[in-house]
Amino acid sequence: MGNKPKIAFYWCSSCGGCEESLVDMAEAIVELSTQIEIVLWPVAADFKKKDIEAMADGEIVATMLNGAIRTSEQEEMARLLRRKSQILIAYGSCAYTGGIPGLSNQFPREQLLKYVYHDAPSVVNPEGQDPQTEFHDAGRVATLPIFSEVVRSLDQVVDVDYYIPGCAPNPELVLDAIHALLSGNLPSKGTVLAPDIALCEHCPRLKTKPADIAIDEFKRPHQHLIDPNVCMLVQGFACLGPATRSGCGGACLKANMPCTGCFGPMSNVRDQGAKALCALASIVAGTTNEEIDSALDGIPDPVGTFYRYGLAKSMLRRKVNMEPTLSK
Amino acid sequence: MPENFEPKILAFFCNWCTYTAADLAGVSRMKYEPTTRVVRVMCSGRVDPQFVLDAFAHGADGVLIGGCHPGDCHYVEGNYKLLRRFRMLRRLVASLGIEPERLRMEWISASEGERLQKVVNEMTAQIKLLGPLELPERFREWDTELHEETFDKEREVVASGQ
Ligand code: SF4
Ligand code: FES
Repeated sequence: MGNKPKIAFYWCSSCGGCEESLVDMAEAIVELSTQIEIVLWPVAADFKKKDIEAMADGEIVATMLNGAIRTSEQEEMARLLRRKSQILIAYGSCAYTGGIPGLSNQFPREQLLKYVYHDAPSVVNPEGQDPQTEFHDAGRVATLPIFSEVVRSLDQVVDVDYYIPGCAPNPELVLDAIHALLSGNLPSKGTVLAPDIALCEHCPRLKTKPADIAIDEFKRPHQHLIDPNVCMLVQGFACLGPATRSGCGGACLKANMPCTGCFGPMSNVRDQGAKALCALASIVAGTTNEEIDSALDGIPDPVGTFYRYGLAKSMLRRKVNMEPTLSK
Repeated sequence: MPENFEPKILAFFCNWCTYTAADLAGVSRMKYEPTTRVVRVMCSGRVDPQFVLDAFAHGADGVLIGGCHPGDCHYVEGNYKLLRRFRMLRRLVASLGIEPERLRMEWISASEGERLQKVVNEMTAQIKLLGPLELPERFREWDTELHEETFDKEREVVASGQ
């Protein structure tokens, strides 16, 4: 085993879908396992943190880390893996731009904890207990990580070398990335390992999208029948294809749902939501406030629409007027 | 709020109308609040929502966008494009906790130096009431919960650029 390049997979604030995408590589991962040595993969293998700590700095050739950073433990693991790895890859939307967990940056920490431990309809908590970072019992101490105020993308915590976008990434992109790693044929640092072009350019519906669109009403996909062959925007559905990086194979469009932006923006964009808003609002019909507003009413949740995966990494990062109550 | 709070307003003025109006206000020696930093753009339609968020993230207390009156845009409908983005962007920043009054859009033609004076004074007064936004300071405060220094290059620029 000794000379094979060491690779680690790790998860932070994520749903498990990214792990699924690794398993989706099917036979390819079995074949790969003859060329690489997996040194950490919590979902599938029994390596421990102390195994990683025992390694020399830079001993791991590459770590693919999925999930956003929300707790002190995730932060600690991200720093440890950064130190031990030559290359750190932010794997999936959450590690790349904060992902779905980043949407909780709209709410104060206390409100989230209160909902999850007390108010949610499915909660059974008769003693009204809250999670504690330390619990003492008969001279023993049990600890839990600190749940932070802010959800962060991986590169808001440690230095990141490459990004693999997607919620979850598709296996072809991941395989390409691993092969590039093994051959040493890597692009410049900071590159997003997916085509740098808008999804529209690869969309089979593009031929039905005219140069000029004027949307007088944004419709919500669950309330209407969607024509499977016509551009979503032409039909009035908020499709983020014009402002989203290609590389997903148009999976949502094939399932007749508009793009929600999980691949993030192209390399010339710094704020995904602002750019997506720009793309969609600019083609609304009307020239008066009233006409425009009535069309925009079809997007009742602009943060959830334009920043579904990108709030943590956005320029504002979170709802800005929540006074933090730091737990340190 | 600090005693002598002087709002910082980043202004994007269209070359053909509002920027000329600001010029006119200048040569006519009209006095108005020294709160705006003006960026000249060829058309208000050039204003990308990213510019607005970037301004707030870098410490602007307000953003003012000035363009030609409807029908007068030199590129025919750049100002309508801006208007549509602006209507959506106001809702977006409001849901992210920025008072919508901090973002303002006005049609000011080349001859309306007085209107420019009035708009800047009004907006300055309004933002004085709201107080400073101080996003770079807030970002730094949020990151005090991290356990070591962060590596976010963009935020380092934000922190040192103000
Ligand atoms: S807007 Fe959506 S449906 Fe239309 S061409 Fe682009 S990706 Fe395809
Ligand atoms: S040229 Fe002035 S708004 Fe377009």
